Amino acid sequence: METKRGKRSRPNCVSTSVSDNPELPASKVYHRQETNRQVVQEPGRTQEIVDKYGADKTDLIQILLDIQREKRWLSGDDLMYVSEKLDVPLSQVYRVATFYTAFSLIPQGRHHVLVCMGTACHVRGSPRLLDLVINALKIKPGETSLDQKFTLSTVNCLGCCALGPVLQVDSQYHGNPSAGEVKKIVAGCD
Amino acid sequence: MNKVKLNIDGKEVESEEGMTVLEAARSAGINIPTLCYHEKLAPHAACGICIVEISRGGRSRLVLSCIYNVEDGLVVKTQTPKLIKHRKMLMELMLASSPAIADLARQYGVEKPRFEDKITQCVLCGRCVRYCNEVKKANAITFVGRGINRRVAFVDEAVSKGVCMDCRECFGLCPTGKIPRETDSACFDGLTIQDILFDKKGK
Amino acid sequence: MTRLKSPAALERARKQILSQRDSQRPCVAICTGTGCQSYGCNKVYTAFVNELANTGLQGKVDIRQTGCPGFCERGTIVVITPEEICYLRVKPEDVPEIVSTTLVGKRLVDRLLYEDSNGKKIAYEGDIPFYKRQMRIVLGNNRLLDPKSIDDYIALGGYSALAKALFKMSPEQVLEEVKRANLRGRGGGGFPAGTKWETTRNAPGTTKYVIVNADEGDPGAFMDRALLEGNPHCILEGLIIGAYAIGSHEGYVYVRQEYPMATENVSIAIGQAREYGLLGKGILGSGFNFDVTVHRGAGAFVSGESSALMTALEGMVGEPRPKYIHTAVSGVRGQPSNLNNVETWANVPLIVNKGSKWFTSIGTAGSKGTKIFALVGKVNNTGLVEVPMGMTLREIIYDIGGGLRQGKKFKAVQTGGPSGGCIPESLLDLPVDFDELTKVGSMMGSGGMIVMDEDNCMVDIARYFTSFLGDESCGKCVSCRVGIGQMIKILDRICQGKGQRGDIELLEELCEVVRDVSLCALGKTAPNPVLSTIRYFRDEYEAHIEQKRCPAGVCKALVSYYIKPDKCQGCQICLRDCPVEAITGGKGLVHIIDQNKCTRCGTCLEVCPSRFAAVARLSGEPVPAAPPLGTKVVRQKGKQ
Repeated sequence: METKRGKRSRPNCVSTSVSDNPELPASKVYHRQETNRQVVQEPGRTQEIVDKYGADKTDLIQILLDIQREKRWLSGDDLMYVSEKLDVPLSQVYRVATFYTAFSLIPQGRHHVLVCMGTACHVRGSPRLLDLVINALKIKPGETSLDQKFTLSTVNCLGCCALGPVLQVDSQYHGNPSAGEVKKIVAGCD
Repeated sequence: MNKVKLNIDGKEVESEEGMTVLEAARSAGINIPTLCYHEKLAPHAACGICIVEISRGGRSRLVLSCIYNVEDGLVVKTQTPKLIKHRKMLMELMLASSPAIADLARQYGVEKPRFEDKITQCVLCGRCVRYCNEVKKANAITFVGRGINRRVAFVDEAVSKGVCMDCRECFGLCPTGKIPRETDSACFDGLTIQDILFDKKGK
Repeated sequence: MTRLKSPAALERARKQILSQRDSQRPCVAICTGTGCQSYGCNKVYTAFVNELANTGLQGKVDIRQTGCPGFCERGTIVVITPEEICYLRVKPEDVPEIVSTTLVGKRLVDRLLYEDSNGKKIAYEGDIPFYKRQMRIVLGNNRLLDPKSIDDYIALGGYSALAKALFKMSPEQVLEEVKRANLRGRGGGGFPAGTKWETTRNAPGTTKYVIVNADEGDPGAFMDRALLEGNPHCILEGLIIGAYAIGSHEGYVYVRQEYPMATENVSIAIGQAREYGLLGKGILGSGFNFDVTVHRGAGAFVSGESSALMTALEGMVGEPRPKYIHTAVSGVRGQPSNLNNVETWANVPLIVNKGSKWFTSIGTAGSKGTKIFALVGKVNNTGLVEVPMGMTLREIIYDIGGGLRQGKKFKAVQTGGPSGGCIPESLLDLPVDFDELTKVGSMMGSGGMIVMDEDNCMVDIARYFTSFLGDESCGKCVSCRVGIGQMIKILDRICQGKGQRGDIELLEELCEVVRDVSLCALGKTAPNPVLSTIRYFRDEYEAHIEQKRCPAGVCKALVSYYIKPDKCQGCQICLRDCPVEAITGGKGLVHIIDQNKCTRCGTCLEVCPSRFAAVARLSGEPVPAAPPLGTKVVRQKGKQ
């Protein structure tokens, strides 16, 4: 399985080159009110989430967490909508979205596979568990399979240290699975 | 404003409450070296070059003078062997990723760094980010990522939405010259968030 | 449920709840903490519900889903009261037997009991060595209540400390009591909580915040998870009392997003407390108003640092601020803010109810009360352990932890998370005490206690922690970001067999800059894992660098696997299991590992039957030449 990466897969991103976008006037320097690019009118769930928090800018992180959970990623459109509604500069929204590991700026898979790399799990052999999982999924940590079925991440401590090394698939925890058990768990995901 | 008396390198300095040790030193003509500091911007305290030794009541410690407020009776030393050693090491660490500051590093006694690093030509002093956010209030450029993967990036949408006003004032602030060298008018190819995201292996 | 408008109403409610319960009626308490979730505790619960219904016992036997009692190694844990019979590793299929044998037949199911090292079975929770030596004044209630039930908490005397504080004590008296108790922060810093409360109280400004730090980011620590999931009301009670003492009317609970159950349970608890008039306007009919919001983290260890957390609460990137200005004076939105760890807050109701004199009777001169540790790693009984300060590491690891797994040799115990250090065997009689641990180059930290044995490589451990910090650093300070970055490169090199003479000294030089120049505690304590392992295990570093040898056999680049021709019995197990097909051979023929294909995963060593023990792990020595292909095995007499 190949991974979803590279310039081909820039999702929902506004063109970086001025001349690519036909809507905009030709001049290179713009002032905000002159552009006729509209904020996405029907943001749907994103709008509901923002409204739930009363469009309060101190809830930026909570809002992004909810969007990430629903849509499995934060698109450029969503980030722009949040920036407009919360009156937070877009660059600041991007700063938050790239600082925290809970957020992904590329679409994630239907199943989130996490291998705990916390100290207790490390001491009990999590690097080897990670090798087994990489073998089974054929993707590396941080990557999503091309069919968008799996995203693999490492996490620094899930808090289940007595079970270590721990594998989490969606909301299920598995303690010290063998190579065969890992294959079975992966095969059991639809 | 209350007056505050402190001693910097043996010299009695009078300053005002609320000033930083760096500001007090400069007002008295004492030069504490800096890199990320800029008079027009709020102090960032990232480079560590302005480090000084302070003592009060017998206890001494090392602090960053650009953000440490003056205190009455403070004794400040700006050039001890340890401080010189630390500044040299900091320059060495920055030089590893930014050969463009070789001349500056030489002033601290660093010829060739003992370290290897990816050449980014950016020491993350943050002057460009802070200037664009605090002074121009355009917010076109920001930090992205975290830890050893932290970078400076322009927001792609800055171009089409007209957030970046193409004022180019960040060009002159960049200590390594990266911004004027690597950007091309308003497009900032190679320095956008999308470039950084998809250049990296995974996230 | 009606709002409780006075302490008398609370007491009446408590009596009413108790009157509807029969403490002598058998109750099956099933742990539903995150650890037991992975063991399928929900299925065990359903099995009990069904079996009690089938046998007509429902109504005669209670079932309660409880918080985590901490013996996570042996989940799913089921305790039957009033006898306190403790069954371990319970599966749904065991339930019918438990019901018929114990609940009906009043006999024990031996195979589910704890067995000590002499083979003796222990039936009662209080007798199990893991629990016996503990002093579970904070964690003990977890097993007695359902975290989703405020009535359970009230039945145990919950919120009586709050009533006492609000109606029998002034805010200053509460503050004095906490100061006299010398409650030191349980999150890592060990700073006196009373002093911090006082600074916040006295700071100018009318808006003050109190915050629960549940961002437990230290890998290997899960005490706060168990407390917040298992008994959220006791933390809320502590928080409200603290708010009263400080003069705050608004609080936050900052929970890391990796703890969804803790977030859920504390949110439910807040809703229930509001309903009962224990949060909101006029708490318990007093004039004191206070409410609290839950705020989730988004996956950043550094945001658990006090000033970083407050910045994150404002919706911004959770980067630390310089500590020259205390957050107690200028915190969230520039207002005085008092932040304490979950465990610190959980101690407050106890101090108010039982008094500072009682609290200071426990512990050492400098460290009062108890501490919850997450005892994990290569120890037999892993789980949460609450002990009085002053108990020695040896007692915790051996008497409570049951010693090292598989009879291996102890090597080191790591405390304090990534800010702490490794403590060798020679110091095992050290008492757990904030200052004692700091003296030897480690620290108490939040409570992670990771036991390592002869199979753990200390250079690898130092590299692990330093890599962790490299990812988790916010990246602002050159000294921290680049300093740690270069330390990682050196440690990587050493573990890959490319270490050079002078590397240890260079590491030490980098450590000095990182410690002295970095602005926050992450950077300042980042050198600890490296410095403590160099201090106590320098010989391992030197072996890696000078002899290209990893004594523990962990660093893959320094290790080779070799099948001994005189021991191999040609059973083909390793051949089949090798993930890269690097082993050649056949039935009855000596197996040979192709050293060029081998990835050093160690599978062959693991699967070779112990009666053959034909696989050797070598380090720092050349691999002997392989025998010719097709060599027949030497049959071991009588070992088939």
